[in-house]
Amino acid sequence: MKLDAKIPAGPLAQKWDKARFELKLINPANKRKHDIIVVGTGLAGASAAATLAELGYNVKAFCYQDSPRRAHSIAAQGGINAAKNYQNDGDSVFRLFYDTIKGGDFRAREANVYRLAQVSVNIIDQCVAQGVPFAREYGGLLANRSFGGAQVSRTFYARGQTGQQLLLGAYQALSRQIGAGKVKMFPRTEMLDVVIVNGHARGIVVRDMVTGAVSAHAADAVVLATGGYGNVFYLSTNAKGCNVTATWRAYKKGAAFANPCYTQIHPTCIPVSGDHQSKLTLMSESLRNDGRVWAPKKKGDNRAPGDIPEGERDYYLERKYPSFGNLAPRDISSRAAKEACDDGRGVGPGGRGVYLDFADAIKRLGEEGVRERYGNLFDMYEKITGENAYHVPMRIYPAVHYTMGGLWVDYNLMSSVPGLFVLGEANFSDHGANRLGASALMQGLADGYFVIPYTIGDYIATSKQPKVQSTQPEFQQAIAGVADLTRRLLAVNGKRTVNSFHKQLGTLLWEKCGMARDEKGLQAALREIPLLREEFWKNVKVTGQNEELNQTLEHAGRVADFLEFGELLCLDALYRRESCGGHFRTEFQTPDGEALRDDTNFAYVAAWEFAGPGKPPVLNKEPLVYEEVHLSTRSYK
Amino acid sequence: MNLTLKVWRQQNSTSPGRLVTYEAKNVLTDMSFLEMLDVVNEELIAKGEEPIAFDSDCREGICGTCSMVINGVAHGGQKGTTVCQLHMRHFQDGQTIVIEPWRARPFPVLKDLIVDRTAFDRIIQAGGFVSVNTGGAPDGNALPVPKTAAEQAMDAAACIGCGACVAACKNASAMLFVSAKVSHLAHLPQGQAEREQRVLNMVKTMDEAGFGNCTVTGSCEAVCPKEISLDFIAKMNREYGKAILKNTLVRKTKGGD
Repeated sequence: MKLDAKIPAGPLAQKWDKARFELKLINPANKRKHDIIVVGTGLAGASAAATLAELGYNVKAFCYQDSPRRAHSIAAQGGINAAKNYQNDGDSVFRLFYDTIKGGDFRAREANVYRLAQVSVNIIDQCVAQGVPFAREYGGLLANRSFGGAQVSRTFYARGQTGQQLLLGAYQALSRQIGAGKVKMFPRTEMLDVVIVNGHARGIVVRDMVTGAVSAHAADAVVLATGGYGNVFYLSTNAKGCNVTATWRAYKKGAAFANPCYTQIHPTCIPVSGDHQSKLTLMSESLRNDGRVWAPKKKGDNRAPGDIPEGERDYYLERKYPSFGNLAPRDISSRAAKEACDDGRGVGPGGRGVYLDFADAIKRLGEEGVRERYGNLFDMYEKITGENAYHVPMRIYPAVHYTMGGLWVDYNLMSSVPGLFVLGEANFSDHGANRLGASALMQGLADGYFVIPYTIGDYIATSKQPKVQSTQPEFQQAIAGVADLTRRLLAVNGKRTVNSFHKQLGTLLWEKCGMARDEKGLQAALREIPLLREEFWKNVKVTGQNEELNQTLEHAGRVADFLEFGELLCLDALYRRESCGGHFRTEFQTPDGEALRDDTNFAYVAAWEFAGPGKPPVLNKEPLVYEEVHLSTRSYK
Repeated sequence: MNLTLKVWRQQNSTSPGRLVTYEAKNVLTDMSFLEMLDVVNEELIAKGEEPIAFDSDCREGICGTCSMVINGVAHGGQKGTTVCQLHMRHFQDGQTIVIEPWRARPFPVLKDLIVDRTAFDRIIQAGGFVSVNTGGAPDGNALPVPKTAAEQAMDAAACIGCGACVAACKNASAMLFVSAKVSHLAHLPQGQAEREQRVLNMVKTMDEAGFGNCTVTGSCEAVCPKEISLDFIAKMNREYGKAILKNTLVRKTKGGD
């Protein structure tokens, strides 16, 4: 496979301008003649579907939820970054770009990240115009707060519900187009395959999740905005329905999967309470603006937190990273929490937790001041744990939260399959090996509002593919393939539940390919996953039938894909013999336990290519060429 | 603890439903209500029976997917809490719990506890937006928004569209949901241009979908997991009244119908 990133020539700051001039246009009257499929209606998908419809294209949008408003972007709490420099504190497009590249441990593509920083300012303007109720100062101007990995305040927010408000903005823009008849919306519909005609992505196969009917849809281009694969770990902060199916099935149709081993473990989540746990809940990183993270200095100290005197507490982030302190980036903070717990200094059930303490903030701001900033988060913590965090410190532990890896895309966000575009968390492009807080919302909306509208037009204008119909053989074959898979899942009729397989896979990956990885563990995982997959296909129990609303069947299809994808995740982690960002190989660390990158051998994007069933995937490398940035050791000390 | 569940089972939207009794054994207080149902479902599947179908997604109280009536109360009666955030520590050993779907004609049951809420989407499509295309928006700070207006808008915008308000209302009224969106945008300068048309269109679509009228009993506010205030319904009534009057005046000056 030849990977051409199509990065425009010229100085970094002028690349996007140059690209926009060179990208071919389609005149407004002709846009009406083209159909585009958008799968997923989170920030990236909803913003793309709305914007493409505004431009005149005929859009079909699909989501598995009962309404496009419920996509998991809605759960993002803390905020969205933008290089507005409203605080006059030294921010700039270049600084946001640099922080993001550095935060990603120099494993992201320079040109994409620079463009992201450039359009970040337009996102805020657009959202304000839509009526997103961002937090304001008394003078009526927009308020900002700080987030991990940055020393400026550039994060815009709407209480602790920024993702919700941004998504509702995009959902409302989408709804306007649905009302106008420019978007046809298919809720409760799951994409199960991509259809390739003459080497180009020309449609999808979907299952109606209420009736079970499988159908095909044809278009001039297909956009996937289907989110990340964090649920391969079973327990994560993702919604229960989040899955890898759309991107995985696209991979099996020729789209390269890039850097799957880059997974983000978020440091501040509510610890696991028992075997019944179905998902984990994030406590926004913004809490680290005012909360102080600590663990007891003494091993096995099971005194109540209030009984542990100041001198016997280890504020380990402040100690190890004095200049960033509690706002050290996520990968670093997570590993530090794991170290404290591995050292026997963890707190709470099973010793898998550390404290996030607001006592000092309450002294400084008063309980009311803290409530105003984080009230909803404290309420949520109390609902889940039954504890009042105004009086006792929160207990937190890292959890899988976001996946930086995803389908490989070029500068135009097109995958290695012509006509198949990938946006948001589903692609790999902007966050390198670690994503900074408040950057996911920025990327999703940048891709959907400000990048895809330009680049998809160029593809349609230049690809010159004939119109296709969903009655063509390629579509009918894809439908038959999907129907066959469903039949096979229902036919196994074994003894074990789908959930038990999912949980076992998740536990395996968390232990062998979680916060810390090593060769031995990864080799073991690569032996165990195929065995588990084999057992799944012999012994899974899927109740009910296809021609009805069948949640067990939906889950079974997703777990079948996770069981294949998990292997690629471990394989990528095994091949990357260095530590960078969220990928920490214990063999490769500095004497003081920090990630040890190997720029000589690993400054590349690993783009895995499907070679056929039962065959090992092929590794393609896109070298990361840095024109502006000097590769340095990431330090937050 | 051990519980007796009486759960509404219904194969699809056309078949009749009924309450079926299940035993939930060894329920832990740290479980969420949905995790308790997950465990019951695992046992049902192991026995080869069909699990109880229910909607949920984020399981952190923000997506608005989960929707069930527990012992007659939408979302189970903990103030400001969706059912996914409701934990078993609020129940007692030996208790019988009746679990039903949202019951309202505009929300037909699809299966067991799952209902079709697309009527809410249609109301938003009728006007719950600001008509600005992507691009060309003025600088975010070009138009100052008083903090109090932004806060009031946010109070209304916090609605998660779960539909509990409809389920709780004896008239199956959607006024709390619709008024939250109308108020959110009416409080902001960006929402002014379409202020009147928005409320007229949204209310019309709401009525056409078959939602009932509001008799201000406040049962919606009582169950709302985001504690959306009844005041917004009053606000919407004012907005609607003004819009009707203004619309009539405009028509008269134009000499129209």
